[in-house]
Amino acid sequence: MNSDSESDFLRFANVQKSYDQKNLVVKDFNLNIPEGEFLTLLGPSGSGKTTVLMMMAGFESVTSGEILLKGESITRTAPYKRNIGMVFQNYALFPHMSIAENLAYPLKIRRIPKSEIKERVDRYLELIELQGFGGRPPGQLSGGQRQRVALARALIFQPSLVLMDEPLGALDKKLREQMQLEISRLHKKLGFTAIYVTHDQTEALTMSDRIAVFNNGVVQQCAAPEVLYEQPENAFVAEFIGENNFIFGVVKEIRSNVIEIEISTGEMVRARKVDDCQIGSICKVSVRPEKLFLISEGSQDGSSDNNVITGKLLLRQYVGDYIRYYFELPDEKEVVVKVLNDHTAPNIDRGQTARLLSKENDCFAFMAD
Amino acid sequence: MSDSSVNKANAVNNDADAMSAQGYALSKKEMGFARREIRRHKLLAFSLVVPLLLFLAFAFIAPIGSMLHQGFYNPVVNDLVPETLSTLKEWDGKAQPNDIVLNAMAKDLKRLALTRDSGKFSAEINRYLPGSSSVIKSSARKLKRAEDADLADNGAQLLLAANDAWSKPKIWRSIQQAGNIYTDRNYLTALDLERNQSGEIIVRESAQVYMKLYTKTLKLALIITLLCLLFGYPLAYYLANAPSKKANLLMILVMLPFWTSLLVRTTAWIALLQTNGVINTLLLSVGIISEPLELLYTEFSTIVAMTHILLPFMILPLYSVMKGVDPSYFRAAMSMGARPIGAFIQVYFPATLPGLSAGALLVFIISVGYYITPALVGGTDGQMISNIIAFHMQQSNNWSLAAALGSLLLVLILALYWTYDKFIGASNIKLG
Repeated sequence: MNSDSESDFLRFANVQKSYDQKNLVVKDFNLNIPEGEFLTLLGPSGSGKTTVLMMMAGFESVTSGEILLKGESITRTAPYKRNIGMVFQNYALFPHMSIAENLAYPLKIRRIPKSEIKERVDRYLELIELQGFGGRPPGQLSGGQRQRVALARALIFQPSLVLMDEPLGALDKKLREQMQLEISRLHKKLGFTAIYVTHDQTEALTMSDRIAVFNNGVVQQCAAPEVLYEQPENAFVAEFIGENNFIFGVVKEIRSNVIEIEISTGEMVRARKVDDCQIGSICKVSVRPEKLFLISEGSQDGSSDNNVITGKLLLRQYVGDYIRYYFELPDEKEVVVKVLNDHTAPNIDRGQTARLLSKENDCFAFMAD
Repeated sequence: MSDSSVNKANAVNNDADAMSAQGYALSKKEMGFARREIRRHKLLAFSLVVPLLLFLAFAFIAPIGSMLHQGFYNPVVNDLVPETLSTLKEWDGKAQPNDIVLNAMAKDLKRLALTRDSGKFSAEINRYLPGSSSVIKSSARKLKRAEDADLADNGAQLLLAANDAWSKPKIWRSIQQAGNIYTDRNYLTALDLERNQSGEIIVRESAQVYMKLYTKTLKLALIITLLCLLFGYPLAYYLANAPSKKANLLMILVMLPFWTSLLVRTTAWIALLQTNGVINTLLLSVGIISEPLELLYTEFSTIVAMTHILLPFMILPLYSVMKGVDPSYFRAAMSMGARPIGAFIQVYFPATLPGLSAGALLVFIISVGYYITPALVGGTDGQMISNIIAFHMQQSNNWSLAAALGSLLLVLILALYWTYDKFIGASNIKLG
């Protein structure tokens, strides 16, 4: 137990969960969350992220381990005593109450005086920019407006923690982006601690202070968005977050942190060592499409200290703000390169070969499975 | 054509045609097409429901209309003594009518005596003036022997000689009242009212049967509805939240009564409740009671059997509404600090109200008009209004009164529905 664990606001200590007493859905979950942090649990469906959230809220029991809030165990506390706000994917606004009544509900339960309830409801309606909507039933609001109300309702009683279970899942793309901004804005303004569950990585990257990536009930990596994206700790994270190329090759040399492999074109690629690979074994190197640079054949620019991969163009895909080039390597694996659509975007024809440059620091070597 | 001239042309069209408020106007020809298209769709839709409409008109609207009519329409007396009634029209209603009327009456009475219809006539008049039956019958008997020629000249004298009552206006007023083809008498009777000799509506002093029966019917229906709610709500809740395999099995058990004959189910209750039935035998053998309880042919047996029969009508709409209530409502309420009971009362229960009102309304309306079960297990205590309607149709042959009672029942149910709609809103009802 380290010294700053006491200052931690919320702590999961060896939390495990099993529904059938055979398989663990959440395995040995450990996480410290400081006050005011926006933490996102990201993972494919069935990875255990929602189960963690439900255990946090008290709707699922904890099979073993402890959840500590401000140093006190809430593992066996009833949900209604935890003082945790929650936002649901389907909003869960009570249909028989008006917007104002929905917002007043948690305050009424806390027996807050009527005048103060009214004042606070008005303030939060203003906060979510829905002044004058108080008298309407939830059915008359649009999806985005409903989710704003649901958010305000989870915040209005000033809970120590707000849980959000894929709150933007039911909205269309444009609205989702607006709501991401809105939630970030409210988080900055009110400074609450939030645990956010999503399977949308863009959402996770844009909103979070830290992201915990889940797979098969285990946290693969928990780090700030940049770290997660730029320095994945394992192949799952490298593949799950953002887009990635995997280039296969045989390990030729290992020098402390750098590994050198020979790929199917016969070229040598240097990458940062993540997994322990043995000389002679097959490993894969991940490199992001936007970290690859295209140079036409013949040019020797920067070849000396960069990795060079030669590939044949399969397809050029015009996306708008950028262009995607699909190259084929001799082992029939594809490599994607993303180039910003400005005057430097090269014009290559199908079937032509080109050289792809990458920096050693942008390449990560993992064991091939 | 240049752009400006197109705009000008449009502007002219806009002035001429209000339809173009949207900014784009259809030409006359296009409008014609559109209209024809709409008409064709409407015609198709209508022709699809024609068979049902015809069936409804024949099997639903016509019988109800005829029932409403039957309650007011009473042509019997008018058919029996048409001449008397037409001559009575000029009578001032105070003293003994003139000889023309008496003559016509004497002639009618003789004819009735010959066709053996005098009993029917006297029965009709007797309803208005108790005791007049014997007067009419004996007079008819005496006049039967009179010659036609004699009747034409001296009919009035013969009539007065046959019975002194004919000289008093009372019996004539009754004949006049009974002779009206349209009468509110059945409805007044059904409401325990009557008209006194001077034609004012008063509360009938003799047996106050029907109002009591209506009140009792409503009371029983209310008790049955509440019991169905009491038993149905928890079960529907369990069904809606149980794993689907279990829920399906239990659902079949709920539906089972629907697939069994109503008569069989009611008879089963007779077997259970009778003096030497299952329940009494059991209680006696255990020693809880020393002599058999009176269970069958009571209000109790009606309530028990009808609650059992109508329970599915409560469970099904409740179940389907509960199935649609999002479990996250409950969770949301708890996360905001509501205790489970508070969350149930404030959040879950209101969300199930549409199903509850649908079920309650169904059970209530069905039980208000229920006939077979009270008839079989109700005895005298557990009779409802439909049993007395059946009685008037089958035994006392007073179809008009039966029709009036039935119409009032219909009005009562519509009034209840209206009240419900006014205070809770019919749009709240949800069957699924």
